[in-house]
Amino acid sequence: MTIGLTHFLVVSLLVFLMGLFCVLTRRNAIGILMGVELILNSANINYLAFARYSAGGYDGQVFALFVIMLAAAEAAIGLAIVLGIYQTFHTIDVEATETLRG
Amino acid sequence: MHEFSFFPIVFYLLAAVAVLSAAGVAFSNNIVHSAFALMGTLLGAAGLFVLLAADFVAVIQVLIYVGGILVLMLFAVMLTHRVADVRVSNRALGRWPTLLVIAVVGAFMGRAVAITNWHQVDLAVATPTTYGIGDGLLTTYVLPFELASVVLLAALIGAVVLSRKELRDPDE
Repeated sequence: MTIGLTHFLVVSLLVFLMGLFCVLTRRNAIGILMGVELILNSANINYLAFARYSAGGYDGQVFALFVIMLAAAEAAIGLAIVLGIYQTFHTIDVEATETLRG
Repeated sequence: MHEFSFFPIVFYLLAAVAVLSAAGVAFSNNIVHSAFALMGTLLGAAGLFVLLAADFVAVIQVLIYVGGILVLMLFAVMLTHRVADVRVSNRALGRWPTLLVIAVVGAFMGRAVAITNWHQVDLAVATPTTYGIGDGLLTTYVLPFELASVVLLAALIGAVVLSRKELRDPDE
């Protein structure tokens, strides 16, 4: 059985579900960011699989590069915010930082 | 169809590395273990990118994700890490309700993958992609490319402003 588009989509789906689980269950802010990275990676696998098997050309690869760029920006800002929260609250538990709750 | 005969073996190996490491990220109670498992996922995904004939994206994945983002995350873990609460990654929603959500979402998406008749093209011979990507970035995608530089500059300045310590010290 040759490896086709569906195989890559299934791998991407599994990675996405793990990322969703990570985002939903973590209370650690860095853990949530890791889940977001997993989800972005599964999106990238999808982009490249469709670029290879379904579209041809380079459009999917360019979009994957933009996703990686945005993930880098998101990680830098997100971790700076996490460190700021840690300096203020001395914890990065997202349920303990509820000063803004109305 | 594929260039080499052991393509399926390599695919299943890389897919297993990526998915099992992702499971490690999701299910590990120790945030440091999660960070190192994330490296396995990123490297496995980079290998899959190579199998998908995306050599440039694979190298960028290793350089930026593994060399940049992951190191940044490890720094953040170490800086916010106290020995007393190694297991800060408790469950907020509860494991079983979340697994139910995951199962429902996965069933829908898996069914969509299974029943859709995807448009397929004949596989092109894998060639270096750098020329095509560079050409695309400076013609069709020149506006997003320039916007990307603005976004990165904004992220750079924002991270510097956010992580400065003595913001409100002087007049207090």
